[in-house]
Amino acid sequence: MLTFLGVAGIYVLLGADFIAIVQVIVYVGGILILILFGVMLTNKIQNVPIKTEASFIIPASITIGAFGGILVSTFINTRWKSLPAELANSTLVDVGHLLMNEYILIFELLGILLLVALVGAASIARKQ
Amino acid sequence: MTSIGLQHYLVVSSILFSLGLFGIVTRKNAVMVLMGIELILNSANINFVAFARYGNFGFDGQLIALFVVILAAAEAAIALAIVLNIYKNFASVNVDEIDKLKE
Repeated sequence: MLTFLGVAGIYVLLGADFIAIVQVIVYVGGILILILFGVMLTNKIQNVPIKTEASFIIPASITIGAFGGILVSTFINTRWKSLPAELANSTLVDVGHLLMNEYILIFELLGILLLVALVGAASIARKQ
Repeated sequence: MTSIGLQHYLVVSSILFSLGLFGIVTRKNAVMVLMGIELILNSANINFVAFARYGNFGFDGQLIALFVVILAAAEAAIALAIVLNIYKNFASVNVDEIDKLKE
């Protein structure tokens, strides 16, 4: 939860206030509660604590540390053509304009996708 | 201390990406693997919004980030429904023990 709230804070720093509020509502208020329900419903009553074998973490952390190091060094050493940051105003009007004018097809398709996801999830997890 | 530029946000997003990848590769609980997937999606979102702010691309990056959030929500819902079904059939959500296809 702290990760998701921190990412919302990063969005506010980047001047994307609408996306920050959407992130808090959808992720913290929706997906985290969904995952909480998932953890609650898939635990046995006497739960054996998940013992992590030490032989599995070490090669994974070395590999992923190397991969992350390559990624970070690529990001630092590239000469990005970036403008200096100016002061940002509220983006809600612009986002709404863009959403209705140029991204309207994606908007409608996402509505259909959410409908399909809702019906599908409800029908998969139903008691027979 | 220099001012916060584009690279700082990219470094943050790549750290989140590797942490999410570590969560996917290491965890044995299927719900924890789903949390790692959500972390990776969030890191890609930070990338999008950072480029929308610091590049010269207009506001498209923020809209794409909005679409990614919506898609992540739909995918998390369906993935958790599938995990619940797996728990009903196999009585455990350990990803190492789920290894039979339908008889």
